[in-house]
Amino acid sequence: MTATPLPKIAANSTAAPTWTRRLRSIIFSQEGILAIGIILLLVVMSLGFERFRAPRNLLDIFQANAYIAVAAVGMSILIISGNIDISVGSLVGVLAILSGTMVTSGFPAWVSWIVPIIVGGIVGAVNGFFVAYLRIPSIVVTLGMSSILKGSLIIVLGGTTIYNMPTDFFLAQQAWLGIPSPIWFMIIATVVGALWMRYSATGRAIYAVGGNAEAARLSGINSQRTTMTAFIINGVMVGICSVMYATQFNSIQASVPPGLELQVITSAVVGGVSILGGTGTVIGSTLATILLRAILSSMVFLSVSPYWLKSVQGVLILVTVLVDILRRRRVNRQ
Amino acid sequence: MTPILQLDNISKQFPGVKALDNVRFEMNTGEVHALLGENGAGKSTLIKIISGVYKPDSGVMRFDGQPVVFNNPREAQSKGIATIYQELSLYPELTVAENIFMGHAPKRSIGPLKVIDWKTINERAVELLASLHIYDMDVRRKVGSLNVGNRQRVEIAKALSINARVLIMDEPTAALTESDVEQLFQIVRLLKERNVGIIYISHRLQEVFELADRVTVLRDGQYVDTRPVSETSEENLISMMVGRTIDNLFPKLPAAPGKPVLEVRNLNHAPLTKNVSFKVHAGEIVGIAGLVGSGRSELAQVIFGMTPAQSGEILIEGQRADIRSPGQAVKMGIAYVPEDRGTQGLIKQMNIRENASMAVLRSLSRASFIKFGEERKLAKESIEQLSIRAYSPEQIVNKLSGGNQQKVVISKWLASKPRLLIMDEPTRGIDVGAKSEIHRLMSELAVKHGLAVLMISSELPEVLGMSDRVLVMREGQIVAEFDRAEATQEKVATAMMSSGQKAAVTA
Repeated sequence: MTATPLPKIAANSTAAPTWTRRLRSIIFSQEGILAIGIILLLVVMSLGFERFRAPRNLLDIFQANAYIAVAAVGMSILIISGNIDISVGSLVGVLAILSGTMVTSGFPAWVSWIVPIIVGGIVGAVNGFFVAYLRIPSIVVTLGMSSILKGSLIIVLGGTTIYNMPTDFFLAQQAWLGIPSPIWFMIIATVVGALWMRYSATGRAIYAVGGNAEAARLSGINSQRTTMTAFIINGVMVGICSVMYATQFNSIQASVPPGLELQVITSAVVGGVSILGGTGTVIGSTLATILLRAILSSMVFLSVSPYWLKSVQGVLILVTVLVDILRRRRVNRQ
Repeated sequence: MTPILQLDNISKQFPGVKALDNVRFEMNTGEVHALLGENGAGKSTLIKIISGVYKPDSGVMRFDGQPVVFNNPREAQSKGIATIYQELSLYPELTVAENIFMGHAPKRSIGPLKVIDWKTINERAVELLASLHIYDMDVRRKVGSLNVGNRQRVEIAKALSINARVLIMDEPTAALTESDVEQLFQIVRLLKERNVGIIYISHRLQEVFELADRVTVLRDGQYVDTRPVSETSEENLISMMVGRTIDNLFPKLPAAPGKPVLEVRNLNHAPLTKNVSFKVHAGEIVGIAGLVGSGRSELAQVIFGMTPAQSGEILIEGQRADIRSPGQAVKMGIAYVPEDRGTQGLIKQMNIRENASMAVLRSLSRASFIKFGEERKLAKESIEQLSIRAYSPEQIVNKLSGGNQQKVVISKWLASKPRLLIMDEPTRGIDVGAKSEIHRLMSELAVKHGLAVLMISSELPEVLGMSDRVLVMREGQIVAEFDRAEATQEKVATAMMSSGQKAAVTA
């Protein structure tokens, strides 16, 4: 190539957006709406109920579902890549038991934390292999994986409960700088996930493959490796979620946390991750997890049956998806 | 005798293009009427108006002498106008009989219920096929298990099941084997005897002479002429189809070709790349002409590693290159601007910056993190160099016009500093202004920057206007090669379509 600059064709017209426009686009983004929703709800409820604004309650809103938020970070990345994992609940069940069994068999606490995370990554790699290289739809692969994990959990350990874990095992009961550790995990997972998705080449590739796998492939992106990466990250996040789940109470039941994968997927979708892949952020999914917990807490204070939460979640999912589709239509029409 | 179908002064405007401009067309019962024109001449739009897919902006259509307005394809079908499109519209998981009676299945009553009468469906399907002299097809077989020829017969039977009086066939032989073509011709003659009027679209001129009674030629959305086939000739039709002069759309600079950048030797990939050999030199634009389905895009896909070669050699700057994936092709310095920018070229949810850096993500990263400053700079430069009309690099590409989207795809590849630029239909669906900008860019890239450019185009004027050399493909082979000086519309079009004489010019 010569060093001459590339040919220039003509001057182009530009109309730069003003700062008000930029501010508006932040406020009206999915993350903006969710954050405003959380703040409004917390402020209104705190004004109305003295016990709601007690630090203990406010902290609980952020802490109680932090393990879901961590899994939702992985799920969001996976959905952005154009895939989904419906085996999260079963995997958390298996990995939590693995963690508890290891520590009660005499392994040091830290080994009992690390190994389930690694196993989570391996399970993710297996799922990813079937999807990326054997081209089986992820919903089928993870449905199969879910049954395998659930079946083996029930056969091997059905009904048992693990307790008598050593006190240094309870990672999720610790607090650092006065803040419970699950909140730390949630913040770290979200920030690292968000930065990685936004600034790393692989994160960009995940958006590209989920947005248009063919165009990504034709641009020289290795879509199979990218899909594998998304699955492995998701597996690792599920592993971390499992350790948080296993170490929060004094006993671990050998059962599958019911509906966990649906809660995780709900967080991702309400957080603005398009179920079709290619768009969304992990920040949105974490905010959605917090918002859902804040709604639940408010319902308790308003003496609404918490069973309504499921309906509220359903409405939120439909509204989010509807808004997403309307937005897409508007974009496509132009 | 009143014509069964008569269209007068039909016009249809799409955003940015006048697809049809005062076109007329008429047809009698029992006539095979061929409709000819280059790609983009307006044939598809015309048949979509006749079959009720589009409504004309102006003009009158008469059926049996009565003015008609079709709001949807169903209304056209109820009048007896059936269409067989290039991509057959059958349900592969349903049986032959179910497909034939899709939407109008015979019913019978069980008490108050109306249920599908399976016995009658299967019997009538057998009858319909027999009336086409097809006796060897099991009507209970799933359509997905049939070959293309048989699927087409099912489509024809389906058309007859609604008592079609006008049958439109859009390139029916494009995907058929020779024996299937012969059978199709027999069926067409049979239908003609039964007074069905047939509109026959084909690029293969010999078929027109074999089957048609009259022929109507369109060019650039305008009516050229209608003539009895007996009063015309192949040369005659070709010059009617392409007979426009090349305007100044093509600011081609004189080229001084250097060393060969791409050399292809005996490249094969079944079924549409057969023993292809050619070279593209630095600074040279080589155009590939050919009909749709002649294997041009397939050849590009083999070179770019999308469908790796089954045999043969690819040499890049004299070095043997074993290209098994697009990723490897990119590493070899090959860039590919694909035919369909929407599904292959762009990631539409992403902005200009993200699309422009897509092919160079790795080299734009340090420790696998993208250097945002450089990425932004690249995007700004791209916008300026290609004069992409956008208010910022952060604009989502889906909101850009077709021409600007194409410029984003091109900028993505220029960023990768390629040695060979393959452009497949570089200006399809782009307005005239952007078109000549892209042409000028192409020319400057070749001449001033020494890129080797391989351009595939269905528009003959583009091929002739931009290329230093023209290769012509037909049925997966390169059948002719012309220098810029000797390439004329007639010569190239004849090589593209010629009636099987492979003796055409070869270099």
